[in-house]
Amino acid sequence: MESKFYEEDKLLVFKIKDEIDDCSVQKIRRRADYEIERYMPKKVIFDFDSVNFMDSSGIGLIIGRYKFTNMLGGKLEVANLTQNVKKIFEMSGILKLIPVTEV
Amino acid sequence: MKEEFENEMKLEFVSKATNEAFARITVAAFASQLDPTIEELADIKTAVSEAVTNCIIHAYENRQGIIRINAKLKNNEIIIQISDNGKGIENVDIAKEPLYTTKPNLERSGMGFTIMESFMDTMKVESIVGLGTKVTLVKSIKKQEEQIQQDEESLSSFTKE
Repeated sequence: MESKFYEEDKLLVFKIKDEIDDCSVQKIRRRADYEIERYMPKKVIFDFDSVNFMDSSGIGLIIGRYKFTNMLGGKLEVANLTQNVKKIFEMSGILKLIPVTEV
Repeated sequence: MKEEFENEMKLEFVSKATNEAFARITVAAFASQLDPTIEELADIKTAVSEAVTNCIIHAYENRQGIIRINAKLKNNEIIIQISDNGKGIENVDIAKEPLYTTKPNLERSGMGFTIMESFMDTMKVESIVGLGTKVTLVKSIKKQEEQIQQDEESLSSFTKE
């Protein structure tokens, strides 16, 4: 996973590059929480452009980060959903809560 | 007469999270003999990943155990059985309900069975408390010719209008 913080917009972008499953999600979660806490962003975007696999552990990952970001006064959005990712997010209903954006 | 296509494979591995990717990629490689679309293959990978994760997290609760996968190809169908000798599920109907999870504190969404059920054609869950669980997943893969024919039919009906 790569991340970039845009100081002027207080925007933190995570570009996930791993396959998202129960195994990889723990590492992603730790790193994301650490950086969200460090930068206190107004907005967090998770970019799924390079994700070629995700199972239901991705739902928990995004809901968890959504809650964490909200708690610290920021907003969370998701971007570049691949077909596989979109299908799972739509099934879970979290896209009613979390906006899909473009980066 | 059309020749029947049959094949079978068995896989046994230790219940470690690092084996989740190994399991789904192996089953997908086996399934690719049926010439599935990228989407069908993604569905199979996701369903296998959910089932194997259940074995690791719920059946064995992160203790070491053995997970077995038996996959069969029959004509244009793949039948995948994923079984463990873990603690078993007390009430399968409740476990299958969307959003039901026994481990919400671990950010588990409770969508595993729901995803398996909707990504595959059929799902059967057999479980005995204390002995283990067996999940059977079936998906039929459309033959590419059928797919093309279907597309052509819908296209011709479209142009007629």
